[in-house]
Amino acid sequence: MDLEILSRIQFAFTVAFHYIYPPLSIGLGLIMVIMESLYLKTGNKEYELLARFWTRIFALTFGIGVATGIVMEFEFGTNWATYSRYVGDVFGSALAAEGIFAFALESGFLGVLLFGWNRVKPWVHWVATLGVFLGSMFSAVWIVIANSWQQTPAGYHVVGEGLQARAEITDFWEMVFNPSSMDRLVHTWQGAFLAGAFLVLSVHAYYLRKGRFVDISKKAFRIALVVATIFSLSQLVSGHSSANGVAVNQPAKLAAFEGHFEAEAPGDMYLLGWVDKESQQVWGIKVPGGLSFLLDYRFDTPVTGLNAFPEEDRPSQVNAVFQFYHIMVAIGMFLIALTLFACYKWFRGELFESKGLLWVFSFSVILPQIANQVGWFAAEMGRQPWVVYGLLRTSDALSKSVTENQVLFSLILFFLVYTLLLILFLYLLNKKIKHGPYEEEEDDDRPFQREIAESLSTPKH
Amino acid sequence: METLAGIDYPTLWFLVVGGLFSGYAILDGFDFGAGAWHLFFKKEKSRRLALNAIGPVWDGNEVWLVIGGGALFAGFPVMYATLLSGMYVPFMLFLVFIIFRAVSIEFRGKEEMAWWKKMWDISYAVSSIVLPFLLGVVLGNVLLGLPIGENFEYVGGGFFTFLNPFALMVGISTLALMMSHGAIYLLLKTEGRMYAKLTFLLKKGMIFFMVSFGITSLYTLIYIPHLSDSFRNQPVLFVVPLLVFLSIANVPRLSSKKKYGQAFLFSSLTIGLLLVLVAIELYPNLLVSTLDPQYTLTVYNAAASDKSLGIMLTFAAIGTPLVIGYTAFVYLTFRGKVKIDETSY
Repeated sequence: MDLEILSRIQFAFTVAFHYIYPPLSIGLGLIMVIMESLYLKTGNKEYELLARFWTRIFALTFGIGVATGIVMEFEFGTNWATYSRYVGDVFGSALAAEGIFAFALESGFLGVLLFGWNRVKPWVHWVATLGVFLGSMFSAVWIVIANSWQQTPAGYHVVGEGLQARAEITDFWEMVFNPSSMDRLVHTWQGAFLAGAFLVLSVHAYYLRKGRFVDISKKAFRIALVVATIFSLSQLVSGHSSANGVAVNQPAKLAAFEGHFEAEAPGDMYLLGWVDKESQQVWGIKVPGGLSFLLDYRFDTPVTGLNAFPEEDRPSQVNAVFQFYHIMVAIGMFLIALTLFACYKWFRGELFESKGLLWVFSFSVILPQIANQVGWFAAEMGRQPWVVYGLLRTSDALSKSVTENQVLFSLILFFLVYTLLLILFLYLLNKKIKHGPYEEEEDDDRPFQREIAESLSTPKH
Repeated sequence: METLAGIDYPTLWFLVVGGLFSGYAILDGFDFGAGAWHLFFKKEKSRRLALNAIGPVWDGNEVWLVIGGGALFAGFPVMYATLLSGMYVPFMLFLVFIIFRAVSIEFRGKEEMAWWKKMWDISYAVSSIVLPFLLGVVLGNVLLGLPIGENFEYVGGGFFTFLNPFALMVGISTLALMMSHGAIYLLLKTEGRMYAKLTFLLKKGMIFFMVSFGITSLYTLIYIPHLSDSFRNQPVLFVVPLLVFLSIANVPRLSSKKKYGQAFLFSSLTIGLLLVLVAIELYPNLLVSTLDPQYTLTVYNAAASDKSLGIMLTFAAIGTPLVIGYTAFVYLTFRGKVKIDETSY
C-alpha cells in the first residue's frame, strides 16, 4: 500500500479511537457538575453517592482519553511533517493555548476530583469538578478551532513557494473566529454532552429495569434526560447553522453530503440513498428541492454541485461522505423523538413504567457515539483532497522521510494495542456498572442511609 | 526582529520550551523513576503504596509533555516536523509505552486476581523503564545531530539508526537519573519497612547514575568535542558544569543525613541544570545536520513568525501563574505520607 493511504488509515484509526473518550469525559463532566451542585444545594447525600459513582466511570474514560490524545499530537510531526511545517505558525498558537489553558486546568484538578473526596470540603471538591469540566470544554475549543481553520482558513497569509511554502498568522482573532469555528465548536460540545447524558441514561435505565438502586437511579435518569432533551433539540439548530456555513465556504463538501452532482441546479434532500458516482445518480427516498429549501427557504434555488469543481478538487469518496452524513442526521432525529417522547411520559407521570422505553434507553448509548464518529468522518472526508482547504493537498502533507514499512509497523502496533485497550475498557466499564454505586448486600446500611433519612425528614431552612 | 528585554523572540521561545521540558523531566521524571523500581517491591501493600504515591499527580505531570510538545510545534514547527518524522520509530515506541503505562496504573487495581495484578505490575515497571530511556536516546541523537538534507528533511535510515552507542549511553544515564529522583520522591511518601528498603535502593540508584553519567561525560569529551565548543568560546559558562557537579554531589550528602526534602530539591535542580547544559551546547542550533551546515536547524530558521511567537509569549505570561497555581493546589492537597482509602488505586 502506498504511504498516503497508510498514513491516512493510521491517523483516522487513532483519532477515531481517541474520540470515543473525550466526548464521554466532557458529557459526564457536565452531569457530575450538576449532581454535585444539587448535593451542595440540597444536602441530599444521594447526589453525592451518584457523583462518586460517575466519577469512577469518568476516571476510566479520562485516563484512556489522555493517553490516546498524546498520540494525536505526536502524529502531526511523525507522519505529517510537511503539514506541520505548513500550518505550525497558525495551528501552533491554538495548540499552545490548549495546553496552557485547557490541559493544565483539567489535569491540575483531576487529582482532587478523583482522590480528594475524603480530603477536601464538598465545595472545594465541587470547584475541582468544575475545573476539570471547564478544562475539557476548553480543550475542545482549541482543537476544534485548529481543525476549523483547516476547513475555512482565515487570518493568515502564505509565504514562500513550493515545499517551502507555509501559512503565517496575521490576525489571531480572525484565525480563532474563522467562518466555521463557532458553529462546529457548539456542534461538537453538544455531541459530547449527548454522549455523556446517554451513557448515564443507559446505565440507570438498566438498573431500573433490573429493579436495582431504584431511588437514586430515578434521580440520575431525570437529570440526564433533561440534559439529553435540551441538547438533542439544540443540536438541530447548530447542525442547520453549520450546514449553511458549509454551503458558503465548502460547497463541494455540501454537494457530497447530498450526492448533488449538477453544477447549478436545485438540490434534493435525501432521507436515505445510495450514490453511484459513475452515473452521477443517487438512488433513494428524497424531498425534491429539499436542500435548496433548507438553504434558502425556496425549493428552486440553484445549489453548487460537484461538477462545478475540477475532478481533482472534489472529494473522491462521495458515497461514503453521503452515508456518514445521513447516518448522523438520522441518529440526531431519532434522539429528538426519543427524548421528547420520554419527556411526555415524564409529564404524564409514567416515565419509569414502561420497561420497553427503558430498554430502548439502555441500548441508545451507542447512538451518540456513532453520530459523533460519522459526523467527523463526513466533515473530514468531505474536505478531501485538501488537508487545508484550498491551500494544501493531503497527498503533499506527508512526512517525506518516513517509509511505508515504518507506517505499517506503527499501524499494526496501534491496532494491537488499541484492540486490547478497547476490550479492557469495555470489560471494566461493564464490571463497574454491574457492581453499581454501592454494595447492595448491605442495602439496609448502604452509605449515608442515616444522613439521607435525616436530610429527607428535616426541612431545609 | 522583535525583542523583549534585549532578547529576540525565537531565543525567548527557546527558553520557554527549555523550561517546559525541564519541568516535564523533573515532574514525570520522579513518577517514571518511582515506576522503574516497582518490581523491587515484593509485597502487594508496598506496590499499592508506591502507585498511590504518584496516584493523584502523574496525570498532571504528563500534561507537561503535551504542553512542551505543543510549544515546540508552535514555536519551532520545522524542528518539530523534522525531529519527529526523523525519529519515527523511537517516538512510536514512546507512544505505545506511554499508553501501556497509563493503562497499567488505571487497570491494575480493578481486579483481585494475582495474575492480573502481576501482569500490570510488569507492564507498569517495564514502561516506566523504557520511557525515560527512549527520551534519553532521542536527546542523545539531538546532541549528536542527524543526517538532514534539502528542505530540512531527515535522510537517514528508518528503523534502528537511532540506536547508536552515544544515544544508548545518554538513554541509560537518563534512566539512572530518574530512578534516583523517583526513589527520593518515594522516600518522602512512605514510612516503615518500605522507607527502610528505599534508603537502600536509593544508594544503588545513585551509584548507577554516577557511573553511567561519568562514562557518558568522558565519552562526550573525547569523541564529540564539538559539544563543548560553547564552553571553550565563553569560559564563563564553565560555571554551569561546576554547578551541575555541586548539585549532583549534594544529593548523596543530604540523603545520608535523611534530609530527603532538600535532596529532592537538589535532584530536581540537577535535572534542570543538565538541561541548561544541553541548551548551552546546542544554542543557537536546535538540530545539527551531519551532512551540510546549511541544513542545520537553528532557533531562527526553524522558528514560527514573530507575530505568532508574540501571541504565544503572551499566553505563556498569562498561563504560567495559573499552571503553577493548579500544581501547587494539588501537591498541597496530597502532601505528606501516602494514605490508602477507598478512592485509591
